Amino acid sequence: MRIESLLVLPLVIPLVTAMACLLFWTRPFVRRVVSVTGSTALFFVTLSIFLHIREAGFATVGLGGWNPPMGIALVADRLSALMLLVVGTVAILLSLYQVGFSERVSGLGGASVIFQILLMGVSGAFLAGDLFNLYVWFEVMLIASFVLMAWGGGPIRLVGSLKYVTLNLTASAIFLAAVGLVYAQFGTLNLADLARIQMELDGANDRGRLLALLFLACFGIKSAIFPFFFWLPDSYPNVSAATGALFAALLTKVGVYALLRIFTLVFPAEVEHLRIVLLVIAGATMVLGVFGAMAQEEIRRILSFHIISQIGYMIMGLALFTPLALAATIYFVIHNIVAKTNLFLVGGIVEDVAGSSELSQVRGLFNTHGLLGSLFLVSSLSLAGIPPLAGFWAKVALIVAGFRVEQPVIVGVAVFVSLLTLFSMMKIWTRIFWGKAVEEEEGTAELRPEISRAKRILRYTPVVGFALLAIALGLLAQPMLDYTLAAADQLANPSRYVEAVLGEQP
Amino acid sequence: MEALFAILVGLLYAAGLYMIMRRSIVKILIGLSLLAHAANLLIFSSSGLVVGQAPIIPGDAEKLTAPYADPLPQALILTAIVIGFGVQAFALALIKRVCDVASTDDLDRVEWRSVAEANLEAADVIRQESR
Repeated sequence: MRIESLLVLPLVIPLVTAMACLLFWTRPFVRRVVSVTGSTALFFVTLSIFLHIREAGFATVGLGGWNPPMGIALVADRLSALMLLVVGTVAILLSLYQVGFSERVSGLGGASVIFQILLMGVSGAFLAGDLFNLYVWFEVMLIASFVLMAWGGGPIRLVGSLKYVTLNLTASAIFLAAVGLVYAQFGTLNLADLARIQMELDGANDRGRLLALLFLACFGIKSAIFPFFFWLPDSYPNVSAATGALFAALLTKVGVYALLRIFTLVFPAEVEHLRIVLLVIAGATMVLGVFGAMAQEEIRRILSFHIISQIGYMIMGLALFTPLALAATIYFVIHNIVAKTNLFLVGGIVEDVAGSSELSQVRGLFNTHGLLGSLFLVSSLSLAGIPPLAGFWAKVALIVAGFRVEQPVIVGVAVFVSLLTLFSMMKIWTRIFWGKAVEEEEGTAELRPEISRAKRILRYTPVVGFALLAIALGLLAQPMLDYTLAAADQLANPSRYVEAVLGEQP
Repeated sequence: MEALFAILVGLLYAAGLYMIMRRSIVKILIGLSLLAHAANLLIFSSSGLVVGQAPIIPGDAEKLTAPYADPLPQALILTAIVIGFGVQAFALALIKRVCDVASTDDLDRVEWRSVAEANLEAADVIRQESR
């Protein structure tokens, strides 16, 4: 199949799957089969796109036959292809998890429809070749996440989602303002065309800086950097297990991807001037995130604060802006998706098995659930950066990049925050998994649901899968670094992007 | 003319942000609507305001000849309006639910402890039903 046709499929497949799930609204079993099948198809499509881009480097398709810079273009470079592959992996594993956790109350199963729409929005955001298309896919993803967040009701979930909705809609309004101002300034919204114009302008100017800051603000709200992250701890801990894992995996990372794309393609000259601002933001995000995590007493709240802290590392890589730093950022994003999703999945299983996810209520789970404990250990050590797991290589690459640009302060902050991350992960470990099991009161054992063997396998498969991925990404550090360095090379040289997208034009 | 528009957009943004920070939940929705309007007007004025011209290629020409009204921002606004309308509809339903559940319109007076307890009960109910 030609790559041009392949590029459209990550948008079409989830949409078709969602419609099929809607058709089978009243038949839960068929709906689950459809959801898993659609996710599998998405995985294979993203895998073939990835394999093609790994050699070719770029792929473009102008939808409707309109060549860029007119019309809507879907562009895939190495970074997009890698992110799409991750979306496919997350899709297939999380749909298995969702089936394993599916409620018998019929309405709640329909979340798979919205799940597929969210996947479509995320895939579209990674493939968007112009700013307004990026906005549209962001909105698709956002509305799907609003619905998923409020799904199932419950007071705290609703009020948390109110904060999430308000802040993200404000971010969208700022995004639209930035889009309008870019069009007023440059006369085009196509990313390649903007890059070409910027390269001709040669150098930073005041208006460019204003626009860059506007984009930093709106994507910063979406990716939860300091001082915009306050919506995250109020909304992520309260959603259902599979939803929380999906959000942790994808939502903030799309914001980081958008920052990477805009700043490397359209505003590379501004990063030099904004470097101090970005470094301060990165440091503050890291530190405040991990301080917040250390103070929490419930698994998912701790993990939500850790998301914020890890975003700080990604902004640090963006601020340093050398090819090695950008490669380290990409590696970090991939590793973080794998490790964080796994931790959320484990948290969901813990809550279901032990009845609560508060640190004070659960003890000694390792005695009865050894596999779960080991999987948690692998992911949390990877997050903290212990070799030979993936997190270690990503952090080492970031630190080396930091030293090469002579920014020891941010490197020191990164190492310090790593230690604190390890501390709070171990806090969960010793409180929940280690130690003697709590004696159960009589009668509570009957309240625990009997999970069928099939469902137990379905729940554990994605957890095992992500843990194996974390180990594999660590052992395959050299190939990963090769690929991410090639991707960062593409990012650091926007002329290649321009040539690939606009090349056919005279 | 563009200057007037710029002032108008600024005032709308200010009004929208002000309303979002109010105590009443319903005012948040009004604030979101104002922000959406402001953003749309900003895009509209982004390629200059032209009076009395259509964004259509004239019958015998091959491309747009000056003076013309730029069709691209108009298309962008249409999309943005539709997206905004869908989102506001959802926000309205969400706000209605929040007001029902918290039984007050005032975010300061929402009793967080009782909300938390109600949340735990709701979670238990859902867990019971799923067995």
